[in-house]
Amino acid sequence: MKRLSLTLAVSLIGSAALAAEVAPKDVQFDEDGAVAASLTGKPGDAASGAVIAGTKSLGNCVACHQLTALADVPFHGEIGPSLDGAGDRWTEAELRGLMTNAKMTFEGTMMPAFYKVDGFLRPGDAYTGKAPTEALTPILSAQEIEDVIAFIATLKEE
Amino acid sequence: MNYKALTAIAVALSLPLSAHADADDDTLVLNEEQTLVTKTAAPAHVADVLDEVMSGWHFRSDETQSLQMDDFENPAMVFVDKAYDAWNTVEGSEGKSCASCHDDVEESMAGVRAVYPKWNEQAGEVRTLAMQVNDCRENQMGAKAWKYTGGDMTAMEALISVQSRGMPVNVAIDGPAQSVWEQGKEMYYARTGQLELSCANCHEDSYGLMIRADHLSQGHINGFPTYRLKNAKLNNVQARFKGCVRDTRAETYKPGSSEFVALELYVASRGNGLSVEGPSVRN
Ligand code: HEC
Ligand code: HEC
Ligand code: HEC
Repeated sequence: MKRLSLTLAVSLIGSAALAAEVAPKDVQFDEDGAVAASLTGKPGDAASGAVIAGTKSLGNCVACHQLTALADVPFHGEIGPSLDGAGDRWTEAELRGLMTNAKMTFEGTMMPAFYKVDGFLRPGDAYTGKAPTEALTPILSAQEIEDVIAFIATLKEE
Repeated sequence: MNYKALTAIAVALSLPLSAHADADDDTLVLNEEQTLVTKTAAPAHVADVLDEVMSGWHFRSDETQSLQMDDFENPAMVFVDKAYDAWNTVEGSEGKSCASCHDDVEESMAGVRAVYPKWNEQAGEVRTLAMQVNDCRENQMGAKAWKYTGGDMTAMEALISVQSRGMPVNVAIDGPAQSVWEQGKEMYYARTGQLELSCANCHEDSYGLMIRADHLSQGHINGFPTYRLKNAKLNNVQARFKGCVRDTRAETYKPGSSEFVALELYVASRGNGLSVEGPSVRN
């Protein structure tokens, strides 16, 4: 009995967290491509965001951006601008817009949309090269997006 | 575009590109005697987007480059030797080898690689080298087709390419091939997969830049088949295309499919004027 109620409590917390999450299709952008409302309703974790930004299978932001704060991660690309000082240049809402779908801020940009699940040409099942067998999930979860935003917001000049 | 976006671009422009590494100025001299054309004015049909076309050789490290400069060091040459044997080997129901019909490979295949993919009038289709080789195997020799991207095929492609090394790529894009070429061009600019990236995003807009640890080239195919240090074997053009498409988190096309044939024709034509380099060495 005790065991059961505990499981019940856990699953209630689980669904409560889900209910507060904004689904990829429900994200509201303003006219400049910013997203004011948190995707999770909770603040992100900057330390976790730093790991996500430097990890190939997750954000892999360093594939395209140089980033002094992640100097210990080998090989930074140079497709996009250096992210040093990005926390000064962008508000949290603007960063959320950039993480969710950067094409709403920079039309036609090479930067991928990390929280988008439809509207793709020949989407595959991750990096297998095969057709997906299930509905697509976004590249990063709502929580991961919020974590990266929290991390980028810490990148100040000096 | 909003004000912030403009500022970001200004910031980006003023940043020193510390790790920036353009194509180098080295010269590709083969076996200390033959100088290959690895940079040349872009052909008319790409002149609106590129001034100069450059071989992928210029974007590789000095060590990788030097492996391709000497046939005794080029690891692909072992496979060329194997294909020599295959050239003379009788196979199939008709009791013939390639040599039965084409005699000396040095003579019969000189210049062939430079003009492929090519429209085949009789068949009414654009054919890659691999398609033509398999057509000969199946319909002339009565032998089994080779796997499109397999070792026998890439080795034969290498043997045939060697006979055109140093000749300018000169793929025809007009006449009956034009509609296929147009299809390939459309594919080149299509942003595929969950990352929404096109060939052009990486190889036209960003060549010379690093994407993570990789130095982006213009993605030409004058060097194919390519011996890659990464997988220690010869790689067919369309196997490479498949890898690049997969990396956009897309569903790829099959090597040998009509889509990839169209893309190969288009990509080959972007390198018109560069020397045939195959088999080249890449990382
Ligand atoms: C495939 C390349 C690519 C990847 C991967 C990528 N970006 Fe970008 N990013 C760009 C480009 C290019 C721009 C410049 C916008 C433009 O003009 O297109 C940009 C712009 C930005 C900007 C605004 C520019 C500034 O510094 O002021 C931020 C912030 C940013 N990216 C963060 C990220 C983060 C965080 C990630 C990973 C979660 C990421 N990017 C992944 C290519 C990329
Ligand atoms: C019985 C005769 C025969 C045999 C055996 C044969 N071929 Fe062919 N090959 C042809 C003919 C005929 C053509 C011209 C086809 C056409 O234009 O439709 C041709 C064309 C080619 C071409 C294209 C040349 C060009 O100028 O476009 C290549 C490459 C080729 N063969 C390779 C091979 C290889 C490799 C083998 C052995 C694995 C082989 N052939 C075996 C008859 C043969
Ligand atoms: C996300 C970036 C990206 C995209 C998109 C991409 N490629 Fe590539 N491609 C690479 C990288 C990295 C390499 C290895 C370094 C180099 O040679 O550029 C490469 C290599 C190649 C090569 C080998 C060049 C040589 O000299 O050996 C060819 C050919 C090529 N790509 C064609 C294509 C085509 C065609 C497409 C579109 C269907 C495409 N690529 C899309 C990143 C990309």
